[in-house]
Amino acid sequence: MAVVEQTAAARPAFAAARRRLPLAWLGVAPFLAFAGLFLLWPAADVLVGAFRTDAGGLTFKHVGDLFQAQYLRAYRTSVELSLLTAALGVVLGGVFAYASVREGTPRVVRAVVTAFSGVAANFGGIPLAFAFIATLGTVGVVTGWLRDVGIDLYAHGFTLFGFWGLAITYLYFQVPLMLLVVAPALDGLRREWREAAESLGAPGWRYWAHVGLPVLAPSFLGAFLLLFGNAFSAYATAYALAGGSVNLVPILIGSVLSGNVLSDPHLGQALAFGMVVVMAATTLLYALINRRVSRWTR
Amino acid sequence: MRRPALFPALTLIGAAAFFLIPLGATLEFSLRTAGGHGFGAYGDLLKQHQFWSTLGLSLRLAGESIAAVLVLLVPTAYWVHLRAPRLRPLVAFLCVLPFVVPPIVLIVGLLGIFRGAPGWWLGSPQFLVPGYVVLSLPYAWFSLDAGLRSIDVRTLSEAAHSLGAGSLRTLSLVILPGLRAAVLAASLLTLAIVLGEFTMASLALFNTFPVFVAYVGQTQATGAAALTIVSIGMLWAAMLALALATRARGGKARA
Amino acid sequence: MAGVVLSGLRREFGSFVALEGLDVALAPGELVSFLGPSGCGKTTALRLVAGFDRPTTGRIEIDGADMTRVPAAKRGVGMVFQAYSLFPTMTAARNVEFGLRVRGVARGQRARRALELLELVGLDHAAGRYPHQLSGGMQQRVALARALAIEPRVLLLDEPLSALDAKVRVQLRDEIRRIQSRLGITTIYVTHDQEEALSISDRVAVMRAGRIEQIGPPAAIYGEPETPFVAEFIGTINRLEARVVDAGRGAVRAGEQTLELPAARGRQAGEAILVLVRPETVRLGASTNGHDVVAAGEIESATFLGATTRVRMRTPLGPLTADVPSGTPSLGPGAAVSASFPADAARVLPL
Repeated sequence: MAVVEQTAAARPAFAAARRRLPLAWLGVAPFLAFAGLFLLWPAADVLVGAFRTDAGGLTFKHVGDLFQAQYLRAYRTSVELSLLTAALGVVLGGVFAYASVREGTPRVVRAVVTAFSGVAANFGGIPLAFAFIATLGTVGVVTGWLRDVGIDLYAHGFTLFGFWGLAITYLYFQVPLMLLVVAPALDGLRREWREAAESLGAPGWRYWAHVGLPVLAPSFLGAFLLLFGNAFSAYATAYALAGGSVNLVPILIGSVLSGNVLSDPHLGQALAFGMVVVMAATTLLYALINRRVSRWTR
Repeated sequence: MRRPALFPALTLIGAAAFFLIPLGATLEFSLRTAGGHGFGAYGDLLKQHQFWSTLGLSLRLAGESIAAVLVLLVPTAYWVHLRAPRLRPLVAFLCVLPFVVPPIVLIVGLLGIFRGAPGWWLGSPQFLVPGYVVLSLPYAWFSLDAGLRSIDVRTLSEAAHSLGAGSLRTLSLVILPGLRAAVLAASLLTLAIVLGEFTMASLALFNTFPVFVAYVGQTQATGAAALTIVSIGMLWAAMLALALATRARGGKARA
Repeated sequence: MAGVVLSGLRREFGSFVALEGLDVALAPGELVSFLGPSGCGKTTALRLVAGFDRPTTGRIEIDGADMTRVPAAKRGVGMVFQAYSLFPTMTAARNVEFGLRVRGVARGQRARRALELLELVGLDHAAGRYPHQLSGGMQQRVALARALAIEPRVLLLDEPLSALDAKVRVQLRDEIRRIQSRLGITTIYVTHDQEEALSISDRVAVMRAGRIEQIGPPAAIYGEPETPFVAEFIGTINRLEARVVDAGRGAVRAGEQTLELPAARGRQAGEAILVLVRPETVRLGASTNGHDVVAAGEIESATFLGATTRVRMRTPLGPLTADVPSGTPSLGPGAAVSASFPADAARVLPL
C-alpha cells in the first residue's frame, strides 16, 4: 500500500518539475523579447554590418580599413584615456570612499557624500563640459585664480580642450562612480581583521598591504573594468570639450553617422565593431585576473 | 581608540574642493551679466519657449521610459528571484551588456535597423524610449536586484500565498512596498539618463533638453552655465526626494 | 611568562562609565575569566589590555613594565576574537604565519612553526584551506594557533566560543584550557557563560556595571558568593528573604517558618537578610538528621533536565527549588512533599 502511494506521489512531482522548466522561461519571455529586439538585434546588426558590402556580400575591407593610421591612433587615444581615468578613478575614488565610510567619520558625511556621488556619477555630457569650461576654460574661474597667483595655465600649454583637460573632466564622474561601487566592499572590511593584524604586530600600511587590499582586490578590479568601459564609451563630454582636437573613437563614429566628414555607414559599423572587440578583450582580461585574485572566495 | 583622522579629513576636504569648485564656477559664470552679476541669464533662459518645450519633452520621455523600465524589469526581476533563479545569470548578463557594448554602438544599431520602420514611429520622439530603456537597464537591474536580495522574497511570497494572495496581489501588496527604495533608485537613474542623453537624440534629430543645452552652449556661454545649474538642480531635487522617501519608510527592525 | 597588573583602570565614554576603576593582578601562567552579563565592561577591559583602546585613567602593567601608552602592535599580546577574525585571503597556515612574517622570520622557519601550532590545535590537515572552508570551531582553533605563534606574554580571548554550537563549545574550551596550562601563558578569558568560566579558570572575576563584584577560585565563587548578584548569576540559587530573630542561636524567620542557621549567628537582631541555598543541596523526602532545615511543601512543577529534575515547590519558607536525580517517583504537580537541606549549606548575606 505504502509503496504504491509513494510512487503516485513521486509522479506528479516529477511531472511538475518537467513542466516547471519551460514555465520558468515564460516569466522572462517579455524581457527576453525586448532585449532581443532592442539590444541584441541592433548590436548584432552593427557587428555584422561591419563585414558586409553595400551589395550584401561579405568582406573584411571595412575592418581592414581600421588599421589605417588615423583610426589606430583614435583607438589608442581612447584606450589611453580610458586606462588613465579608470586607474586614477580607482585609486582616488578608493581613497575617497575609504575616507567617507571608515568608522571614525561621522555618519552624516557618508550620507552627504553618497547622495552627491549619486548625482555626480550621472552628471556627464554637455553640462559637465560647461561646468569645466567655466572652471578651467580660458576665462574660467580657477584659471583666473591661478593667473592671479602668477601661474598662467594656457601659456604653459595646458588646454581644457585636449587630452589632459578631458581626463580631469572625466574624473568628475569616474571618482563618484568608484565610490558608489566600492563602498559596500569597504563596509565588508571587518574591524576584527584590522585589530587582529595590530595585535600580531602589523599596524597601518602592513595591514593594508597584506590583508585590506587583497580582500578588496576583486571589487576594485570589477570597478576598474566598469570605469574603463564608462570612459571608453563616453561621447557627449568628449564631443563638447574636444570635438575636433582629440581623436577618439566615439567621436569618430559620431561624425561618420552625422555625415560630417565621411558618411560611409559601414565604416561607422566597423569602428563600432572595433570598440566591441576592445571591450570584449578587456572583459576577458578582467575575468582571467579575477580568477586569480578571487581564489580565496571559492 | 580614535585613530588619527588627519589623512581622511584631508582627503575629504580635497575631494570637496574638486567637486564643488566647478559647480561654484558654473554658478558664478551663470550670474555674469553685462553690468556685473545678476540673474539675467536665468531670466533669458526662462523666457525662451524652446527651454520649456524641450524640457517638457524630455520629462515626458523620462516618465515614459521610467514606466517602461519598471513594467519590464520589476516583474522580470521578481520572477527570476522567485521562480527561476537559474535564469538570473542570463538576465543579469543581458542587463550588463549595455555597459560592455558601448551606447554609441547601440545607437548606431538602433538607427540602422529602424530606418525601415513606419514613418509615424520614426518621426515621433517615442522612438527614443526603447533606447533609453536599454541604456538604463544596467542601473535599474542593479538596484532592483540588490533590493530583491535584501528582502527575503521567497519567504514573503510563500507567506502571502499561504494567506491566500495570488501572484499579482503578492507582488503589489507585499513585495513592491519593500522594494520602494530600489524602485525609486532605478527611476531616478533612468531620469538622470534621459535628461543627460545627448547622443541618440541628436543623431536621430530630436529636440530634447540635452540637445537644447548643447545648442545653447554653442551660442551663449552664460546661458549654458545657467542651464547646467538648472540641470544639476533638478537632479539634486530628485535625489533629495529619493533620500527622503527611503528614510520615511521604517528602517530595519531594531533587535 | 608575565604577570599582568591592572590598577585603577577606568574608561569613560562621555558621561557613560564603562569601567569604574578595575584593580586586578594576574600571576604568571594564571587563567582568569572576566565573567558577567552584557554591558558589564568585561570586553572593554580586555580591549584596554590589548591596546585597542586607551583608558581614561589607570595603569596596565605587563611583566612589571608600564604598557598603558604602548600601541597594540608593540605589546606582545595575543588576541582571539569572537568570530570572523581570520584573514580571508590567506590559508590557515598563512594566517598562523602572519605574525611571524611581520617579524621578519624566514619563510621555511615560519612555515614549520605554523605547522607545529596547527598540530597543537589538531588542524594540521587543514593547513591549506581558506577560512570560508572551515567550520566555526576550526576557525577559532586557527585563530588560537595564530595568536600563539608570536609567543605572546599574555593571551586574551574575547568570548571565543559564543558563536559556536554547544557541543563544539564544550570540546573547544577544554582544549583551550589544556593548551594554555601546557604553555603556561597568562590568560584573560572574557565570557558571559558561567559554566565556561567555572570549568576552565584558575580564578573567576565576576563583573557588573563596570566593577568586579568578586574574584576568586571557581569553587569559592560558586559556594561562597559574597553578593546577591554573584550568587544569582552563578548557577541557580534559592533566594529566601528573612529577618534575624535571635542572633545568638542564629534563628531567622523566613516566610512563615523559623529556622536556625549557623551562618546567621552573630548578626544584628532584626536585620533583614537573604538566605541562599543551592538547589542541589535540597532533598525531597523526610529527613531524620537534626541538623537539617525541614519544610513541608507542595510541588508546583517538575522540569526534566536530563540527569537531574528541577522541582519547584511552595513552602512556608517561600518558593523553593530542588535539583534531584531524575527518576524519583511521585513528582507530580500538586503533590505534597517534604523538603530539607543542611542548615550549614545555607549562606546568609545582608539584603
